[in-house]
Amino acid sequence: MAEALLSAAGATRHFGGLAAVNNVSIELQRGQLHAVLGPNGAGKSTLINLLSGDLPLSAGTIRYKGRDISALSMDRRSRMGVGRSYQKTNIFPSFTAFENCRLAAQSRDARPFNIFANALHNRAVSAAAERALEQAGLAGRGEIVAATLSHGEQRQLEIAMVLATDPDVLLLDEPLAGMGAEESARMVELLRKLAADHAVMLVEHDMDAVFAVADRITVMANGQVLESGLPEQIRASAAVKQVYLGEDEERHV
Amino acid sequence: MTPLPKTLQATFLASALAIALFPLANSPFYIELVTKIMIMAIFAMSLDLLVGYTGLVSFGHAAYFGIAAYAVVLISPKYEAASLWLTLPASVLIAAASAFVIGLFVLRTKGIYFIMVTLAFAQMVYFLFHDTGLGGGSDGTYLNFKPEAKLAGYTLFDLGNTRHFYYFVFALMLLVYLFLRRLLQSPLGRAFIGIKVNEHRMWSLGYPVLRYKLASFTIAGGLGGLAGYLAACQFGFVNPEILSWHQSGNVLLMVILGGMGTLYGPIAGAFAFVMMQEYFSALTKHWQLLMGGLIVLVVLFFPGGLASLADRFKTRGVKKPVVAEAKHG
Amino acid sequence: MDASVYLIQILNSIQYGLLLFLVASGLTLIFGIMGIINLAHGSFYMIGAYMAFSLSALTGNLFLAILLGIILSVILGIVLEWLLFSRLYRREHLEQVLLTFGLILIFEELRSIIAGDDVHGVPIPAFLNYSIPLTENQSYPVYRLFISGVCLLIAGAMYLFIQRTRLGMMIRAGNTNREMAQSLGVNINLIYRLVFALGMALAAFAGMLAAPVSSVFPGMGNQVLILSFVVVVIGGIGSVWGALVAALLIGFADTFGKVFVPDYAGIAVYLLMAAILLWRPEGLFRRA
Repeated sequence: MAEALLSAAGATRHFGGLAAVNNVSIELQRGQLHAVLGPNGAGKSTLINLLSGDLPLSAGTIRYKGRDISALSMDRRSRMGVGRSYQKTNIFPSFTAFENCRLAAQSRDARPFNIFANALHNRAVSAAAERALEQAGLAGRGEIVAATLSHGEQRQLEIAMVLATDPDVLLLDEPLAGMGAEESARMVELLRKLAADHAVMLVEHDMDAVFAVADRITVMANGQVLESGLPEQIRASAAVKQVYLGEDEERHV
Repeated sequence: MTPLPKTLQATFLASALAIALFPLANSPFYIELVTKIMIMAIFAMSLDLLVGYTGLVSFGHAAYFGIAAYAVVLISPKYEAASLWLTLPASVLIAAASAFVIGLFVLRTKGIYFIMVTLAFAQMVYFLFHDTGLGGGSDGTYLNFKPEAKLAGYTLFDLGNTRHFYYFVFALMLLVYLFLRRLLQSPLGRAFIGIKVNEHRMWSLGYPVLRYKLASFTIAGGLGGLAGYLAACQFGFVNPEILSWHQSGNVLLMVILGGMGTLYGPIAGAFAFVMMQEYFSALTKHWQLLMGGLIVLVVLFFPGGLASLADRFKTRGVKKPVVAEAKHG
Repeated sequence: MDASVYLIQILNSIQYGLLLFLVASGLTLIFGIMGIINLAHGSFYMIGAYMAFSLSALTGNLFLAILLGIILSVILGIVLEWLLFSRLYRREHLEQVLLTFGLILIFEELRSIIAGDDVHGVPIPAFLNYSIPLTENQSYPVYRLFISGVCLLIAGAMYLFIQRTRLGMMIRAGNTNREMAQSLGVNINLIYRLVFALGMALAAFAGMLAAPVSSVFPGMGNQVLILSFVVVVIGGIGSVWGALVAALLIGFADTFGKVFVPDYAGIAVYLLMAAILLWRPEGLFRRA
C-alpha cells in the first residue's frame, strides 16, 4: 500500500476537561477518498481542525509526506499542500466570486510583497482562479459578489477557493450541506474526479453520497474511532449500527 | 481595479485644480492653513491603510508622525541647513523602522487589545521625548534651518517660501495618494483587504497573516512619518504634543469623518476636520466642547462619514456591497 | 538608602497601585460584561476629583463631599448609559472609541467652564492629617494609609460580590451573551445600566480619594486612563483579579522607576507591558 500523504497518530484535543478528539489515528492516501462519519459532536470537525492547523493538538502527531508537521502553523500547512473547506461558509462576502478564488490562488504567488505589480495582471493566478471556479461549477458566475450568491453557490465557492490553492490534500467539512439535489450530484462527481490524484478526506452527513464515493470510511463517536475500513465493512459493522440506531432513538424521544 | 465613478473623478479633478490654483489668490495665512490640511491628509491616508484597508484600528498613529518630526530636527545640524534628499528618506525610514519594531509587539494582540496597546506604545514614545533630555523634554526643540532642496549646487525650491512649500506638500500628497492606489491594486494590497474582510480565511488559505499586517503597519508608519517630517518643516518646531494621544484620536477622526476604506475620504476628512477646528476656535475659547459634541453626533447618526454621503448621492439610497467602496480608491 | 526609605516607597507603590486598581477594575468590568471600550472612564476620575474639591469646599467635609459625589456620579453614569452607551453595544469598537473620545473633549471643556483651569488643593480631613514617624526624620502620612485601607475594603467587597452574588456569577462566567442572560430571567438592560454606573462611580471615587494627595488639575483623567489600559492589558480583559495584580505591578514599577531612573520612569510601565505582551499576549489572567 502507498505511503500516507497526511496522517494523524494518536491525535487528541481537550477542551477543558472534555476530550473532543481522543487518540484518533487516520491515514489519507493519494487517489483515495476517505469519508469520516459520525453523529453530531463525534469530533469530526475538530479532527479536521487538528489536521489543518486551525487548532493545536493536545497530544499526538500529524505527519505530511513523512514529515512531522504537528507544530506548524495553519498557513505553513496550507502552503505545503493541505487545503481545507469549512462547514460554516467562510468566504470573503464583499468580494466577487472570482476575487475570492484569485486571492486563494495568489497565496501561492512567489513574490507576494511586490507592491508595484497589478494583482489582476498575474495571468497564472487569474487562470488558476478561473479553473477553480469552473471545476466547482461556478463558471460564468465569477463577477457576482459572493454575498449575493445563493447558499448552494456559496458552498461551491467554498470548495473552489480550496481548489484554487492547488492542494495535494483536501479536507472537506460537509461540502454538500445545504446544496440542492442537482448541485449535490455535480459535487459528488467532482469529488470522485478529485480523488483520482488527491488525497481527499470528506466529513459528510449524507449517507447515500458517502457510500457512493468513499474508498474508505472511518466512523467516529465521542471523539474516538469506532470503526474504520472499506464501505462494505462499515455497512456490516454492528458497532456502527448501534451508534446510529442510538442516535435515532434519541432523536425520536 | 475599477476606475473611480465619473462624478467622483470630476469632483476630484476640480478639487485638485482648486488646490493647485489656490495660492495665486490668497494670503499667506490661508496658504499655510491649506498646507497644514494637506499634511494632515497625508497622515490620515496613512492611517486609513491600517484602519480602512487592513482592519487594524490603531489608536497610536501619532507616534510615527512624531518620531519622524523629531528625527528631522535631531539629525539636522544646529547651525546650517540639512539636505532634503538626506533628511526626508532618513526620517521616513526611522518612522517605518519604529513602526516595524512596535508592530512586532502590538500585532500579537487583536481587537480591543490592539486599540489599547497601540495607544500605550504611543504613550511610551511620548514619555520618551517628554521625560528625557532627547529633543528638549516637554518644552520641545526648534528646527533652526529648514532642509534644502539642492541639486548640483542649485537650489530647486525653498521650503522656507510659503508657496514653494505649499506646492511641495501638494505634490507629495498626490504622490502618496497614487502610491496607495497602486499598492491597493498589488497582490500585497489585495491581501491587506482580504485580511480586513476575513482574517481567519486568509490564514487558512496559506497567508502568513502576521507578516502581512506587519508590512501594512510598517508602510503606514513610514507614510505617517512623511507627514510628521513635513509638519516639522512647516512649523520649525517640535514638542511632545505632536505625538500625544489627542493627535492619534484626531487623525482617526479625520479618517472616519471622511469615510474609511476610501482614499479620498481621509483627504476630505482632513479638510473638514481642520476647517471645523478653525471655525469653532474662532467662535469660542471653549471650542473643544463643540468639537466633542460634533464627534458624538457623527458617530451616533453618521458613522459612514462623508464618503457615505457621496455614495448615497450616487446610488440614491440603494445600499451597495462593501466591495464597491473598497475597490475604487 | 536605608530601610525606612524602602518602606515608604513600598507603601507608596501599594497605595498608587490600589488606587489604579479602583479605576481599572471598573474599566475591565464594563468591557468584560458589556463589551464596551470607554475612553471617558478617565474623565470620571477627573470629575470625581473636581467634585471632591468643590463639594468639600461647599460642605466643609471631605466625607460628606465623597458621599454626595458618589451619588452624583452614579446618577451621571445612569444618565450617560441611558442616553449614549446603550446605543453602542452593537457598534464596532472603533465607533465606541471615537464617541468616548468626543466625550473626553466635552468633559474636559465643561470642567474648564465650571471649575476653571487652575490647579487646586483639597485639604486632608483634620483627624487623618498627621504622619506616623518612622525614624528621626522620616514619617509616613496617615491619609495615604487610609487610601490603601479603603481600596482594600472595596477590593474585598468586590471579591465577595463576584464570588457570592448571581450577577457576580455571570461576570465570572464571562457572560456577555444577552440572550442567554435573558433566558435566565435576568433584566439585562437594568444590569448593564447598574454595572456601568458602578464602574463610573468606582473611577470617580478613586479620583475623590486621590484628590487630597495628588491635587486637582486639568487633564488628570487622561494619564490615569492610559495607565488603566495598561493595567487591563497586563491583567487580561474582564479579569478583576488580573487588574489587581497588574495595578500593583504598575504601582511598583512606576514608584521605584521614579526613585532609580527618574528620566525613564514614564517609560518603565510601558516596558513592563511590552515584556508581558511578549510572554502572554492575552494578559496574565485571561480566561481561556
